[in-house]
Amino acid sequence: MSRRKTERLLSLVVCLLSARRYLTAAQIRAAVPGYPESFDAFKRMFERDKDELRELGIPLETGMNPGDEESGYRITRQAYELPDIRLEPDEAAILGLAARVWRRAELAGAAEGALLKLRAAGIDAQDMSQPGIEPRLQTPDPAFRLLYEAVRDARPVSFSHQTAGRGTSQVRHVEPWGVVNRRGRWYVVGHDTDRGEQRVFRMSRIDGPVSFTGPPGSVSVPPDTDVRAAVRVWDTEPSTPRTCVIRLRAGAGHGLRRHAIHIDPADQPGWDLVELTFTEVGWWSEQLAWFGPDVVVLEPTDLRDAVIGRLKGVTA
Amino acid sequence: MTGSSAARVQTATERLQRLLALVPYVLSRNVVGMRQVAEDFGVTEDELVDDLNMLWCVELRSPDPYCPIDLSYEGGEIVVTEAEAIGRPLRLGVDEASALLVALRWLAELPAIGDGTALSRTIAKLEAAAGTASAPSAQVAVVDVGPAEWAAAQVTDALSRDKLLHIAYYVPGRDEATERDVDPMRLLEVEGRSYLEGWCRSAQAVRLFRLDRIMAIDVLDEDKHVPVGAQQRDVDSARSLFEPSPDDARIVFELGPAGRWVADYYPCETTEELADGWLRVSLRTPDTVWVRRLALRLGEDGRLSSPRELADQVMADAAAALDNYS
Repeated sequence: MSRRKTERLLSLVVCLLSARRYLTAAQIRAAVPGYPESFDAFKRMFERDKDELRELGIPLETGMNPGDEESGYRITRQAYELPDIRLEPDEAAILGLAARVWRRAELAGAAEGALLKLRAAGIDAQDMSQPGIEPRLQTPDPAFRLLYEAVRDARPVSFSHQTAGRGTSQVRHVEPWGVVNRRGRWYVVGHDTDRGEQRVFRMSRIDGPVSFTGPPGSVSVPPDTDVRAAVRVWDTEPSTPRTCVIRLRAGAGHGLRRHAIHIDPADQPGWDLVELTFTEVGWWSEQLAWFGPDVVVLEPTDLRDAVIGRLKGVTA
Repeated sequence: MTGSSAARVQTATERLQRLLALVPYVLSRNVVGMRQVAEDFGVTEDELVDDLNMLWCVELRSPDPYCPIDLSYEGGEIVVTEAEAIGRPLRLGVDEASALLVALRWLAELPAIGDGTALSRTIAKLEAAAGTASAPSAQVAVVDVGPAEWAAAQVTDALSRDKLLHIAYYVPGRDEATERDVDPMRLLEVEGRSYLEGWCRSAQAVRLFRLDRIMAIDVLDEDKHVPVGAQQRDVDSARSLFEPSPDDARIVFELGPAGRWVADYYPCETTEELADGWLRVSLRTPDTVWVRRLALRLGEDGRLSSPRELADQVMADAAAALDNYS
């Protein structure tokens, strides 16, 4: 069946591309082999064929020739054909590298499809590029596919999302404006219609299915929206840096020493006095607790208390 | 292209896409051998012959019977003599344009590649060819691929000239800074981070080094020598770069609401919701030193529940740290 269907679809595409005018359903049925005898059965099959061609991105148009009484179908060359594109060898190499980026991710098939068409246009995208560089994107979040489609098709969505640090989920209603990967994690940016504000959601915290809540084209992205900037500033609190002084065991805390303002020997042998900047007490106390008995916070007091509190939390 | 097409069932529309690409592929090249085409399209030569026959057999019956495609493949070379209607490939779809453009724009931001005009030329040509299909790609982006890594320049330099690297490398889990000679194999941009993959002469094994943990790096004058049989990681099939081994120690954490980020950050084997927003996770690791540090960092937001001996060590670490304040 599949082979006959491929033959029929191929003939249909060739037929409509060859015609200079709109062809009526009856004319198509007469020209293209493989359709059933009964007109009703033909109509049903033809409807499905039209849908499948459109799914492939084949621009099947409906219209009427001047003087005709029945509407028909056509595919214009201009809408169908890939415009001329020629790449220099270095450009083709870059293209080959780009096509590999999605290899283990959601858009792998789309990248391959694009490469197939570009090859068909005469481009030989090298599979080898700059030696030894392998960039890859991953899309491990189950929500990625539908959120990508929602952005592409401008459809509103709803999903259940875990609030950071609370462990509870809430259903969110969002008009998605973009999907952005920042440091390996995917986010969706959009207008939260319950809160009436722009929001950013991390996809890994979406803990249920994504549902479309409106038809394609029903979301409009406000002009000047910068989805990249929205995700870039997300969770980076504007705050003024403060200074802390810690006692650090000699030979330990290399990660801290890299960012130190001053390192001086401490009065106690085997220890150094290290001055560092930080912005947020809670986060910084976690970083310092990591070093366990090798770090003692001297000042400020709130940071010292935060680290002591964290360590007491372990022994509690 | 995918390697073996025989391994999976192909739908009628997938095959149609290939057939529509085949004719322009042949027309846009001077000499077209069967073997090369089969390779480029990811099919066997038999499948290719079947495709060519199907194209040649297309017949339109009305108004007059007419065969719009004429071609031959005698002597292993394909020649298309008539196929006006499908002489050009179909336009790029939105997903296709997005996949390439998002990837290209990301490459332009990578320190190891970003420089160079080939990228901007390619992006401009692809945008022009894709037309309106390129618009939605502006809403998909990759940003902040880690700090601009100065080490990347040295790594690419060593790779392009096949030179040995000397690095000072920081391992936070053990709080160790070590110096080693590395024969560079690849620069990987994976899971949001940059890694140098290379043969570590001290470990006598292939190792991954995170670029943001390289504290110092020198390209040496010595030629690199990667031993025969040094295995690169398969970046395309592994679930994560750090696929745990079943021999590794199994660690169980109970995470409070403020400690749940651990499940996002480390590849967990199992996760289980508990009462009051707590979460139980298990993970495997060959090295447990960092686990003790993580437990200290979590404080009351997490509890290491297994293995028992490790949990005891964490208690001792915390007690020793608190002693410093008394």
